[in-house]
Amino acid sequence: MKKNKLWGAGATMLLAIALVVSGCGAKNDNNGGGSASNDSASNGSAGGSEESGIIKDIKDRGKLIVGVKYDTKLFGLKDTASGNVEGFDIDISKAIAKKIFGDESKIELKEVTSKTRIQMLDNGDIDLIVATMTITDERKKQVDFSDVYFKAGQSLLVKQGSPITGLKDITKDSKVLGVKGATSIKNIEDKVPGLRVMQFENYQEAFAALKAGKGDTLTTDNAILYGMAKQDPGYTVVGGTFTDEPYGIAAKKGNTDLVALVNETLKEMKDSGEYATIYEKWIGEKPPTE
Amino acid sequence: MLDFSVLTNNIDDYLEGFKYTIYASLLGLAGSFVLGTLIAVFRISPFAALRGFGTAYVEFFRNIPLLLVVFLFYYGLSSFGLQLDGFTSGTLGLMVYTSSFIAEAIRAGIQSVPAGQMEAARSTGLTYVQAMRFIILPQAVRIVIPPISNQFLNLVKNSSILGVFAGLDLMYFGDQVNLDTYDAVSTYLFVGMFYLILTFPLAYATRVLERRMANAA
Amino acid sequence: MDFGGAYSWHNLRFILEGFGYTLKLAFVAIILSFVLGVASGVIRYARIPVLSAIVGAIVETLRNLPLLLLILFAYIALPQMGIKLSIFWASVLALTAFEAAMISEIVRSGLASVHKGLIEAARSSGLTYIQTLRHIILPIGLRRMVPPTVSQFISLLKDTSLAVIISAPELMHNVGIVRGQQESYFFPVIFLAALLYFLVNYGLSLLSKRLEVNEGARRKPTGKKAGPGAGTKAAAEA
Repeated sequence: MKKNKLWGAGATMLLAIALVVSGCGAKNDNNGGGSASNDSASNGSAGGSEESGIIKDIKDRGKLIVGVKYDTKLFGLKDTASGNVEGFDIDISKAIAKKIFGDESKIELKEVTSKTRIQMLDNGDIDLIVATMTITDERKKQVDFSDVYFKAGQSLLVKQGSPITGLKDITKDSKVLGVKGATSIKNIEDKVPGLRVMQFENYQEAFAALKAGKGDTLTTDNAILYGMAKQDPGYTVVGGTFTDEPYGIAAKKGNTDLVALVNETLKEMKDSGEYATIYEKWIGEKPPTE
Repeated sequence: MLDFSVLTNNIDDYLEGFKYTIYASLLGLAGSFVLGTLIAVFRISPFAALRGFGTAYVEFFRNIPLLLVVFLFYYGLSSFGLQLDGFTSGTLGLMVYTSSFIAEAIRAGIQSVPAGQMEAARSTGLTYVQAMRFIILPQAVRIVIPPISNQFLNLVKNSSILGVFAGLDLMYFGDQVNLDTYDAVSTYLFVGMFYLILTFPLAYATRVLERRMANAA
Repeated sequence: MDFGGAYSWHNLRFILEGFGYTLKLAFVAIILSFVLGVASGVIRYARIPVLSAIVGAIVETLRNLPLLLLILFAYIALPQMGIKLSIFWASVLALTAFEAAMISEIVRSGLASVHKGLIEAARSSGLTYIQTLRHIILPIGLRRMVPPTVSQFISLLKDTSLAVIISAPELMHNVGIVRGQQESYFFPVIFLAALLYFLVNYGLSLLSKRLEVNEGARRKPTGKKAGPGAGTKAAAEA
């Protein structure tokens, strides 16, 4: 407690100073100190000795900390009755914990949103992101991805009876809803020039906005949309998929050992049929064959 | 630490957001002043029903978070078929929320004018409204200007709530820039800089007004 | 509207858990921001060379930025500068930085409102500057600051709702999750959230009003009505 408060006080001063510097000292371009310490920090985590350290750190800690969604039915949804978070991503995370500890309960789940997850990973708050995260080249610069563990594609969710039946009905004046930090925003804005997607903090908010009539359609990966349609049968997924969204599990850049372990877990799960079981349990159909 | 290319590469986003922040602030300012004055008049009116309404209004909106007020406008009204976008809901929320503080400031200002003055004015034959208009309000205005300008300062800062409702303000576009650049430090420091461009002059004006009031008193 | 479903016992428990987090967050931030706010306010009033100017610049900057920005900065940007805080402590840091700056201003202008003649009289009667500060200015000034400071605490409690943006499991966050279960839950859960905030804040504001009345009664004989103190009070309410 005491140490944390000191941290707080120290950080307050730093924050304040940083803001003052930006506000008043625009001409001050000597930020050597800041960048130097940043460099050494990133070198440290990417260094050879660290690579084998992450799994040892996790084992020493006694639990794996995974960032998951709390608001996404089928993948990661908080159930207020049981107090648990449940979904496909959760079951995959548990399998990884089981691989490390031989016990799937040695896991701590933390809530992430599309907006916060990469920074939480960098921060060291979480060891892995298992949160409906699409593998992209852009993100590969930020994090290390596992093999694909789920194949999604972007689609559209509309109210039953909506005139929108697919991407062809979307114009630049359509009111399209999405989530900050999701790849789906850029995808659809590229496909429909001039379109500006209205973006919310998380899927919960975006779906609430759709239900409140704030938009004509909500766009993101079909898997997430199916969860919403299941939650409220007044809504339906239309038009098939118009992108490929391969989901990957992300680890902090340089944690290659952890990524290898995740890949091994995924392979074992597929070989043993456990993957298919989990897939069917949540998605309601057999996983597509490779 | 501070990467100016974040600013230069995304200047369009920043300026777009800055524009809407200014719009929301100006609209919120005008709306909350009008609404606040009206509620203040209710609060001190001779009619119990109006006083009751004014009191309920002030106490309700002053004691719940702005986030909840905007929620009511954004989601609540759509249940009754009134569809408002994030910018409009956010701006209306700002107006209503801020007006409760402004009403309180104005009421306190009016009541700080000694009651004897109202009685004296009425006895010279002025009506209640005339007495208010020519005797009480001119004196009260001087007292309430500093606290009101402080409320406007708060309003500008609070306009950042629009970002949560896709309200296209600085905060909203700040998030967009951060997701493009992954340089949160530079992104948000520049967002802060834009807010300071608006708030520093306001804060300075408030300080000057407060000082002037203190000297006059 | 479906009050029965929305208020099922596990939903209520979950929402109250969120409220507990809100109260915890507010409590820690109130203590820290009060200490830092009073200290920095006194430093600014005392016009200590260099130190007062530095503290003043920090306070003025923090006070003029949106809290929402500070919360995001504390949680998303500080880690990039090597300062890593949990969701709770990032929220505490941002709230404390912002509210301490607001309280600092209340304290500074409260002290500045102490009549100059009184200070001169004290000095001419042989008290040193420190003694005057300690025995004359602080007791009078601090008494005037109580109502606006309580108002600031009310603001702080409301402001904790902004931590929802970094997924802090506070009241608004948990209310959001329950509301997601069914569209008809919107009004019931929003009503409950408003009621919880209202009860605590209204209680605090009644307390503040009582303190104000006492203060007013004490001040009346001097014939001074709404001086700068009134401005300070309204300034605090955000």
